[in-house]
Amino acid sequence: MGVLPEPIEELLATALVGELTVLDDEGRLVTHPLIPFYDGELIYLTSSVLFSRKLEHIKANPKVSLSITDPAAVTGDRFDRATIQGDAIVDDSDLHAGWERVLPLWREKEPVIDMFLGKRVALPLFFERAVIEISPRKAFLWKDGRTDLPPNVFELAGVAR
Amino acid sequence: MKPSPELLAGLGARFEHAVIVFVDGEGYPLSVATDFRADPERGTVELHAVAGDEVQPPLGEQVNVVFSHIRPQPGIGYDERRYVSLWGKLERADGGDELVLTPDRALGWDEEEVPFFEYSERSVPQARRYFEQVSAETGRDVRPKLSFGWLFLRATRLPFLSATFVPILLGIAVAAYDDGFSWWLALLTLVGGAAIHLGVNVFNDVFDTQSGADEANVNPTQFSGGSRVILYGLVSMRKMALLASAFFAVGIGIGVLLAALRGWDLVWLGVAGALIGFFYTAPPLRLVHRGLGEVAVAVGFGPIMALGAYFVQAREYALEPALASIPVGILIALILYVNEVPDRLGDAASGKRTLPVRWSKEAVVRGYELAVIATFALIVVFAVTDLIVRPTLIALIAAPLALPVVRALRESYDQPYALMPAMGKNIQLHLVTGLLLVVGYVIAIIADAALDNPPFFLH
Repeated sequence: MGVLPEPIEELLATALVGELTVLDDEGRLVTHPLIPFYDGELIYLTSSVLFSRKLEHIKANPKVSLSITDPAAVTGDRFDRATIQGDAIVDDSDLHAGWERVLPLWREKEPVIDMFLGKRVALPLFFERAVIEISPRKAFLWKDGRTDLPPNVFELAGVAR
Repeated sequence: MKPSPELLAGLGARFEHAVIVFVDGEGYPLSVATDFRADPERGTVELHAVAGDEVQPPLGEQVNVVFSHIRPQPGIGYDERRYVSLWGKLERADGGDELVLTPDRALGWDEEEVPFFEYSERSVPQARRYFEQVSAETGRDVRPKLSFGWLFLRATRLPFLSATFVPILLGIAVAAYDDGFSWWLALLTLVGGAAIHLGVNVFNDVFDTQSGADEANVNPTQFSGGSRVILYGLVSMRKMALLASAFFAVGIGIGVLLAALRGWDLVWLGVAGALIGFFYTAPPLRLVHRGLGEVAVAVGFGPIMALGAYFVQAREYALEPALASIPVGILIALILYVNEVPDRLGDAASGKRTLPVRWSKEAVVRGYELAVIATFALIVVFAVTDLIVRPTLIALIAAPLALPVVRALRESYDQPYALMPAMGKNIQLHLVTGLLLVVGYVIAIIADAALDNPPFFLH
């Protein structure tokens, strides 16, 4: 049992894509589809330096949200929808290898990542990556994905870093 | 970019749901999924109402509406990645609960329209900017990395050395047929030729980066578009220039040694080869910018290499190695020629006027067909007229390798990544044909040694 409600943890365990929304330097919303990972405390996403504008935005404003909304991108018996708000930090202390700490979680969802990693020479910049860590503070759950019904709202303690 | 009616019209077919994103009272983004219907004529997207006071999108304020789609491939990953992001203000529909978005800005990506590799290449400037920022933040020079082995392989484009080995082996084989063979001279020739070739490759990257050709090319493949190690920040321009100079120094040094040992007449050939290699992309000649790249490569990696290798063994020049290497020279030029097809837009933008930049698709394909026919016709003519040994006719069995290349050029001319298998096949065409020509000479050598009077088709 982690810091998030169980149905949301189940979603995070299988979702192949989530929508990360950040606020840019003018306060405008920018949303990026990304593969999310979760270790029971923090939500992790990784971003290549190729697509690193979001990292700049998070450094300037750590308030983010991650939503899981696409039934096609989630495996499991039941489909719910969820949005998790939280505070994010960017770990780019070792862009070359630091992100490999989330590789075991990535491999579980996308086994083909090892094949791509083996071809790192062909895509060297794609594998220079930062880790985005989100400490959840509030979550919204729509049972059966029905947003025509009000969501369950969970106030979370967040994780001290 | 303002969303076009076409973009809005396509939303329904391309996406199953929309996600409305807005900023909540505490300053955090908040996303709610819902169903939608686009109205391209009115330039709006109608979004079904969502329930719950806490998740009500604000009316009259900027929101972001996102459409995202992937197709999972269980146990592997996913494909069909695409998304569209719209920005605009929401209003309540007249007489209903529905929300209406009038978007004023759009952004998106569809990997079927812009392949992932191209999308990545277009983002290289952002990656460089980020490295600069992290370097400034941390006070240390942060760069992308690759292991030394992979970096060397990539920076030098080592696998392309077959282009050097084939004509040198052919020149050595012709000399061996003429009763001249020294394994250590052969080895020195291969090392020297390889050093010059690697120097050419690395200098090519230096000058293509300087001219902007590499940056303008957003469709590199494993066979084309250069090594890009300077562009990616993996190696500095200075280090690449030093590396290229070192390769040239080794190649020239071995060339001078071989000339001293075997005859100074070798120098002229070596100088011609080095000059062609250097001025292939270097100013002021920039042969490849003038549509002379194919000819330069054909001469350099055909007769010059083969004649040089022959001279080192036989201490004299002869017509036979020059003739035997012409088909190899044409085929190596065709490797360049096909690889220039996906590069042509970037090449044109940087003033690199290669043949595919100058010619139409039809002319390029026809040129390829004629060159392949000429290659194999020359082998037949030379072999039948005793200008080269007859067993070299064995090389004709490689000719069908050209067929998938022609087909791909016809069908995938504007699709760089679909052309990649054909580029690989084209390299095989050169390699297999060249090695079969060498095999032809080996057969003739063995027949000469084993038989008192070999039949006509074996000599």
